[in-house]
Amino acid sequence: MATAAVTTEKKNYLNAEYGIRSWLLTTDHKRIALLYLLSITLFFFIGGFFALLIRLELLTPAGDLLTADMYNKAFTMHGQIMVFFFLIPSIPAVLGNFLIPMMIGAKDLAFPRINLLSWYIYVAAGVLYIYCLATGGVDTGWTFYTPYSSMFSNTHVVEAGLAIFIVGFSSILTGLNFVVTVHRMRAPGLTWSRLPLFVWSHYATSIIMLLGTPVIAITLVLVVLERTLNLGIFDPARGGDPVLFQHLFWFYSHPAVYIMILPSMAVMSEIIPCFSRKRVFGYTFVAMSSIAIAAIGFIVWAHHMFVAGISLYSALVFSFLSFLVAVPSAIKVFNWTATMYKGSVSFSTPMLYAMGFIGLFTIGGLTGLFLATLGVDVHVHDTYFVIAHFHYVMVGGAVMGYLGGMHFWWPKISGRMYPEGWGRLAAVVVFIGFNLTFFPQFIVGYLGMPRRYWQYPPEYQVYNVLSTAGASILAVGYLLPMVYLLWSLRYGKIAPDNPWQATGLEWRTASPPPTFNFEETPEVTWEAYEYDKMPLPEEVTLER
Amino acid sequence: MFDNLPLWPTAASSHARYEDWLFIFLTVVSVVMTVLIFAVIAVFAMKYRRRHGREATQIEGSLLLEIGWSIAPLGIMMLMFAGGAVLYFIMRSPPRDSAQVYVVAKQWMWKLQHMEGPREINQLHVPVDRDVELIMTSQDVIHSFYVPAFRVKQDVLPGRYTTLWFRATKPGTYHLFCAQFCGTMHSGMIGEVTVMESKDYQAWMTSAAPSGSLAQTGMTLFQQLGCNTCHLNDVQGRGPVLKGVYGNPVQLGDGRTVTADENYIRESILVPAAKVVSGFRPIMPSWQGQVNEEQLNELIAYIKSLNPPPTGEAVTAGAPGGTTPPPSAK
Repeated sequence: MATAAVTTEKKNYLNAEYGIRSWLLTTDHKRIALLYLLSITLFFFIGGFFALLIRLELLTPAGDLLTADMYNKAFTMHGQIMVFFFLIPSIPAVLGNFLIPMMIGAKDLAFPRINLLSWYIYVAAGVLYIYCLATGGVDTGWTFYTPYSSMFSNTHVVEAGLAIFIVGFSSILTGLNFVVTVHRMRAPGLTWSRLPLFVWSHYATSIIMLLGTPVIAITLVLVVLERTLNLGIFDPARGGDPVLFQHLFWFYSHPAVYIMILPSMAVMSEIIPCFSRKRVFGYTFVAMSSIAIAAIGFIVWAHHMFVAGISLYSALVFSFLSFLVAVPSAIKVFNWTATMYKGSVSFSTPMLYAMGFIGLFTIGGLTGLFLATLGVDVHVHDTYFVIAHFHYVMVGGAVMGYLGGMHFWWPKISGRMYPEGWGRLAAVVVFIGFNLTFFPQFIVGYLGMPRRYWQYPPEYQVYNVLSTAGASILAVGYLLPMVYLLWSLRYGKIAPDNPWQATGLEWRTASPPPTFNFEETPEVTWEAYEYDKMPLPEEVTLER
Repeated sequence: MFDNLPLWPTAASSHARYEDWLFIFLTVVSVVMTVLIFAVIAVFAMKYRRRHGREATQIEGSLLLEIGWSIAPLGIMMLMFAGGAVLYFIMRSPPRDSAQVYVVAKQWMWKLQHMEGPREINQLHVPVDRDVELIMTSQDVIHSFYVPAFRVKQDVLPGRYTTLWFRATKPGTYHLFCAQFCGTMHSGMIGEVTVMESKDYQAWMTSAAPSGSLAQTGMTLFQQLGCNTCHLNDVQGRGPVLKGVYGNPVQLGDGRTVTADENYIRESILVPAAKVVSGFRPIMPSWQGQVNEEQLNELIAYIKSLNPPPTGEAVTAGAPGGTTPPPSAK
């Protein structure tokens, strides 16, 4: 009955309505995800620009390209933008927002308007932060340590603090929305034990967002009040305590690391089974390890403070707990690896990112053990060893996961296939560039080069040159997907509904999906990852 | 040979060798684990790559494996924990008879005061094979005293003292860095630690021509500020006698007992009403803003010098005249 013309014009969430209003006032979780995608991409490139400045300055030991103050602002704003405006919202607000309702067979999130509100809050905070940047920026380091931030810095600490205070609410609202949605909106038959691990991991992330973010909000308000009203909370001359700030800051900012990495683990748990054509190994353990990471993650914060003047015995306790939190992460890595065992593994782009993720996250996680080891941390704390470690987790882990996920769900999001050859090339370039950038930093850190140094002793130069060279390769690796994903919007092959023959509910609807996701509410009668019941995908990715 | 490509930092303190072994242990474990994971992924990816006519074998999981790969890493990690904890414990427990040096950090320099009197800026001279304890505070923001060759680092906080100790084992000159971001010239807040043979150190100490020991300077200040009008030498004045107070428990008016360490003495000078000794009224004025960090160190050094020296040891710091305790105090 439908004519060919009508079939090609099939309504989906992208062409259901046109015009700027239909985007700015949308309550469709998929459109809001795209709004987030645009805004975090903008911030990723601003943050990347500051990274470029840092690497260029460090090419030579003398401080010659930037002034000392400019350099201090560059690393501060690189950190704050990448953490608060890119990494924390990245996977949850884009992929989580887009996919969670579809994965559980729902029409939308529980609170669609709150979802839109969260984006507007993000934008308001982003505008304030850009204003801060344009009027001179901030130089406290992303950590805002007092009393430097509260009494000594002459830069725009108040604006930056308020911007990050505000952006926190967008993250709280996203977390709230996810928790309620997962509890209340699951399709009939979709029990907790049938939930995709993507949803489990985001559920754990949301709990951290809900419980942790208010603490950083309070902390930043205290810094702002201290600067404006001169309260003296962190001023030792008036009975305040600057170390109290560090406790409050890390009480959020350590769990925040898990806000960044858990969603990436969520992506892994979808990609690896799909491209191994196997159910995930040890489903319950992978799911529960997400919850364990979220829970234990809240009681390890003082491992950032082993040389800050905390008591000997609290250091012992926090060291022990920090080793404990490594166990659930190890469980995940082992289970993903075991998932490939006796599988049918293809080397499609998302799978390349996944294998890269496992490797880099393993290195990031293992070097975390060095920092949990008290006597070793004393030496490497605040050196480039720490910089290398957390970039392995946050860039090698979180960003690899984000890129892998973007490729995996790109056909669903855009309705087009990306060019597979370019995709694989970019994945390899990112992997090589990343390692060349950050591996030398482990060595120069152990040699003793402190972080946040504008100029440094000449014997450290070799490693810094390697690092800068790697960073330029990494930049190419990040620009490539930008280019070919945009290209594919127009020239890419039309994507089938389920190009990977994946099991998730999101693949059992059209690509791109209709506004309300499903023609009728699905009823789930199967376990997650029943890949034995799925045919092999058509050779869209295996040319030969 | 590798002049331009250093791979391992010089190890020049008693902590350094321990720390290096611990680091090597961790590195070996990490390399083995990383290679193992990479190898397994590579083998699985090749061996089980997608081929026509071969299907994946579905496996639910294995409780035994899950328990195994949770417990085994935990066991290895407990070794790391124990090794790191022991070293940290040593680092946080300065030997009793260490030579003490006071450190005052400010944006962007290190000021050091030796007990014997010499003062230095961005330079620290220490003798080899001698335990040295640094008692550190900051005039402004948080700094961090870091000597990579010694593998020691400690944040330096405003408003209180933190300590760090080391025993240098190799003469030479080593980097001193500020490791905690402290503003514009953070990367310029660097200096050198010079480790000298004992006799060279003595020669340096003599040539540094001290005008008097830190305790002697402190005594002069103690009198200039009029502290001695209330804190008398032997008889009870309006303030407690300070002889023998340092390092010992003090009974407070509110029933608590505190140890009279550097932080307590500092607080008692700057905020006297905070912890008043039992039997005294809170009449002492605050000296906040009137004595600077270096003068505080001098006063503390003086009060410390009032303690009777440990039996059988000569007075090295040169206790000021009139306050030398009776030789048979114990």
